[in-house]
Amino acid sequence: MERSRLIRTMESILGPEGVIHEREQLRTYECDGLMNYRVIPDLVVLPESAEQVQKVVRVCHEEGIPFVARGSGTGLSGGALPVEKGILIVLSRMRRILEVDLENERVVVEPGVINLWVTQAVSDEGYFYAPDPSSQLVSSIGGNCSENSGGVHCLKYGFTTNHVTGAEVVLPDGEMVHLGGGKAPDEPGYDLLGAFVGSEGTLGIATKITLRVVRQPEAIRTLIAAFEDTEKAGGAVSGIIGSGCVPAGIEMMDSLCLEAVEAAVHPNYPECGALLLVELDGPEAEVESQFEQVKRICEENGSSEIRVARDDEERALFWKGRKAAFAAMGRISNDYYVQDGVIPRTELPEVLKKISDLSSEYGLRVANVFHAGDGNLHPLVLYDGEEQAGRAEELAGEIIRVCLEHGGSLSGEHGIGEDKKKYMPEMFTAEDLDVMQLLRCAFDPHHLCNPGKVFPTPRLCGERPGPFRMHPLQEAGLAEMF
Amino acid sequence: MQTRDLSLEQLQNVVGGEHAREATRQDAVDGVVPSFVARPGSVEEISELMRLASGAGAAVVPRGAGTKMHLGNPPHRAEVIVDMTRMDRVLEHAAADQVLRVQAGVKLDELQEELAASKQMLAIDPPEHGATIGGVVAANASGPLRLRYGTIRDLIIGIRVVLSDGTVAKAGGKVVKNVAGYDLSKLFTGSLGTLGVIAEANFRLHPIPEVARTVTVAVEDAGGAAGAARAVARSQIVPSAVELLWDGDRREISVLLESIPGGIGAKVETARFLLRPFGEVREEEGRVLPEMEPAEVELKVNAPPAELSGVIESVTGAAERRGLWVSLRGHAASGVTFAAVSGGGEEDISDLIAELREIRSRRGGSVVLTRATVGLKRRAEVWGYAGDAFELMRRVKEKFDPPGTMSPGRFVGGI
Repeated sequence: MERSRLIRTMESILGPEGVIHEREQLRTYECDGLMNYRVIPDLVVLPESAEQVQKVVRVCHEEGIPFVARGSGTGLSGGALPVEKGILIVLSRMRRILEVDLENERVVVEPGVINLWVTQAVSDEGYFYAPDPSSQLVSSIGGNCSENSGGVHCLKYGFTTNHVTGAEVVLPDGEMVHLGGGKAPDEPGYDLLGAFVGSEGTLGIATKITLRVVRQPEAIRTLIAAFEDTEKAGGAVSGIIGSGCVPAGIEMMDSLCLEAVEAAVHPNYPECGALLLVELDGPEAEVESQFEQVKRICEENGSSEIRVARDDEERALFWKGRKAAFAAMGRISNDYYVQDGVIPRTELPEVLKKISDLSSEYGLRVANVFHAGDGNLHPLVLYDGEEQAGRAEELAGEIIRVCLEHGGSLSGEHGIGEDKKKYMPEMFTAEDLDVMQLLRCAFDPHHLCNPGKVFPTPRLCGERPGPFRMHPLQEAGLAEMF
Repeated sequence: MQTRDLSLEQLQNVVGGEHAREATRQDAVDGVVPSFVARPGSVEEISELMRLASGAGAAVVPRGAGTKMHLGNPPHRAEVIVDMTRMDRVLEHAAADQVLRVQAGVKLDELQEELAASKQMLAIDPPEHGATIGGVVAANASGPLRLRYGTIRDLIIGIRVVLSDGTVAKAGGKVVKNVAGYDLSKLFTGSLGTLGVIAEANFRLHPIPEVARTVTVAVEDAGGAAGAARAVARSQIVPSAVELLWDGDRREISVLLESIPGGIGAKVETARFLLRPFGEVREEEGRVLPEMEPAEVELKVNAPPAELSGVIESVTGAAERRGLWVSLRGHAASGVTFAAVSGGGEEDISDLIAELREIRSRRGGSVVLTRATVGLKRRAEVWGYAGDAFELMRRVKEKFDPPGTMSPGRFVGGI
C-alpha cells in the first residue's frame, strides 16, 4: 500500500491524533532502552482499545506490513526496535486497570499499565504484585509480559510468567484469542499462555492481561553486609541458600559498582570490596529466626560489617542504591554496555574471576551488580566513546560465552531481542531453534509480528526442521526472510 | 503381527530384543489395543523409534508408569506404546544450585526420596503413587502444594523432547532464571503426549520445610467451607495447602502449615484462630490431608477460587436432582475441585456435566471428565469447550506433528 494511503487508512482507524508520520516525530521511537540499534519506523500508531489494535493488525496482515508492539520502551535488548517499512504499535495509551478482584487475588489490566501501578492499586488492601524489575516505575505490564521480566523478588516469588494467568491476545492475522484461564486455573488445552509470555512480542499483541497478586508479608527484614571481595560475599550467598531459607531477594554489588552508586545516590554503604543486600519476608516468627541465621552466616563468611534496616525509610535507602546502580554508572564512565547472563549460583566465584581477567585483557572496566540468589549477572562494561564501543560489545560477548560454558544462559531477564540473537546458536542447536520456529509459524505464518528478533536465521514457515535448506520461493527470489 | 509397515523386529532392532514386545489387552488405551510396546533406553532410541513409527504411518502413545492413561479422549489410533520406564536416571542433581535434570521415566516418589537426602524436594505432590516425572509433566498433574509453589509448569525450567519425525530438541536450561528462546517446556506441560515424547526435564527445587502440622476445621455448609478457605488463604500465614473434603457428613477444610521449628507455633495459633468461627478445629502432627481415592467417574471442576461455595452447591445439587452421589475433594484456595460420581447411568452423568459446564461457561472455568468409561467419555466429551484459542492449538499441533503420529485424538477437540 502506498504510504499516503496507509496513513489515511490508519487515521480512519485511530483518528489523526493516533497516527504519527512526520519523520522528526518518528525519530522519538527509533529505539528502546538499548540505544545501540536505531531504526525509524514507517509509521507509529497509538491505539486506545483492543478493537483498534485488531484493526491495525488486520491491515498489516492484509497488506503484508511488518509490525512491532511496544510499551514504555524500557527494554534492554532491542526487543521493541522498530522495523524499517513497518508499523510501530505503541500501547502506552492503553493504561487502564480494568478490574481489581481480590476475592480471587487477580487484577485485570491493559498492556500499557505501569508495573508499579498494579501494586499501588492493591496495596491498601494488603496485596502486592510480585515481579518487580528495576524499571518498575516506568516499564509496562505488556512489555514485562513480552520479556518475562524478572526483578529482585523473583528468587522467592517467581517471574512474570508465574504471575500472568490470562491474556487477551490479538494474533498476527488480526484474530483475537483468550489464553489461559484468567481467574480460573487449569484451562484445558495447550499452555499457549506459558509460551506467549516471554516470546518477546513475536507471537501477537496482548491487549488485556490478568495478573495474580500476592498477600503482603507479615514481616520484612533487610540487611546489608560488607565483604572484602565478591568471593567471600558469594560464599555467604551459598551459605544462606544452603541453610534452607528462601530470601525474598539477595543482591550483590562489587566495589566499582559501589563507587558509582555512592557518588550518585549517597546510600552511605560501608566501604568494602563487595556488598550483599539480603531481604527476608514472611510470617514474623519465621523471618526473625531466619534473619538471625542469615546474620550468622554472613559473619561466618567474613563479613566486616552488617547493618540492619531499622525502619522502612532505611530499608528504602538500602534498596535505592541497588535500584539506581545502572543509572549511577554515568558517575564513573561516559558509557556502559549492560550484559545479562545467568549462571548456576555455585559457579559464581569462578565466573567472576574470569570476568575480571577479561576486563584486564580488554583494558575496560567491568562493574558487577547482580541478583546473586538466582545467578543472574549484570556485568556493566564501561567504555568511552565510539572507538571503545566495539571492544566493549566484544568483551560483553566473551562474558556471555563464559556464562554458557558454566552451564548458564544468554539472558535472565532482558531478553534476546535484536541484541543477542547472534549468540542463540551458541546456546541452542539448529534443531532446538527450528523447533522453536514451529511455534512461531503456528502463530505467525507470515513472519509479520516483530520480525527479525530472537532468532538468528528465521525459516520460512512450511519448511520442515532439519539441515538448512533454502526455501524454493526464496531461491527463486520470490520471497525474502526478515 | 504387522501394523501398516511396522514389524516387531524393526522395533527390536532399535531398542534391543528384550525391550520391545507385542502389546496385550493390559496395554490398551481406553479400549484401543496397540500392536507393540517399545521401551527405549536413550534419546537416540526414542528418535529412531519415532522415525520408524511415523514413517510407517503408525500412531504412537508415550507412557510412563501409566497412572494417567485414563485421562483424555480414547485415541483414534494407537499402534506403538513408547514406554519410558527404562529411562529412569537422575542425570544431574546440583544440590547447591537447587536444580535437577532427570530422564522422563524417573518415578516421582523415588526421586523425592533421593532429594530428601539433601533436604530438598520437587514441590509437587500429585495423588498418584508411582507416577513418572514425564507423565506428571505430560498430564500437568499437581497436588495440594500448588497453592504455595505453583504447578509443574511453574517449576519446570528446561525440557528435551523428541518430535514425531525424530527431531530432538531442547528448550530452557538448568538455571532458574532464563528468558532465552521460547518456553517450550510450558507448551509441553499438559500436552498429554500429543506434541512429542518428553525425554528429559529440568526443574527448580525447594528446601523441605523442617516441620509440618495440619489444622482442620469441620464446617457446617458450603458457605462455611468457602469462608474457612478464604480466611486462611488471605491471611499472612502462607499456608502450603488448603484442602476441601466433602463426603457425606464429613465436611472439612484442612490447612497444611509448614515452617521452621521456631515458626510453626505462631502459624498454627493464627490458623486455629481464623478457623474457629467456622466449626470445630483439630490439629495433627505432619501432613494429614484428605486423600483422593480413584473413583469410576471423576470430574475436575476448575473455577475462580472465590466461587468455592457455588461449586460445592452446584455440583452436589445437580447430582442430587439426578439421584447421583458425589464426593468432593479439592484444592480449595486454588479453585480446583474433584468430584467422584457414583450411581446413575451414563445419561444422568453426562447431563450433570452439561449442566455444570453451562454454569462455568457463564462464571469462568471449566469441567473436565478426568476418569470415566469409554462410553461416557464419548457421550459427554472429556475436555469440553477449549475456548477461542482452539484453532490456534490445532495449528500448533499441526506444526509439531504434521502426520498426526502423537496420541491422535486424546487431547482437546480431538487433537
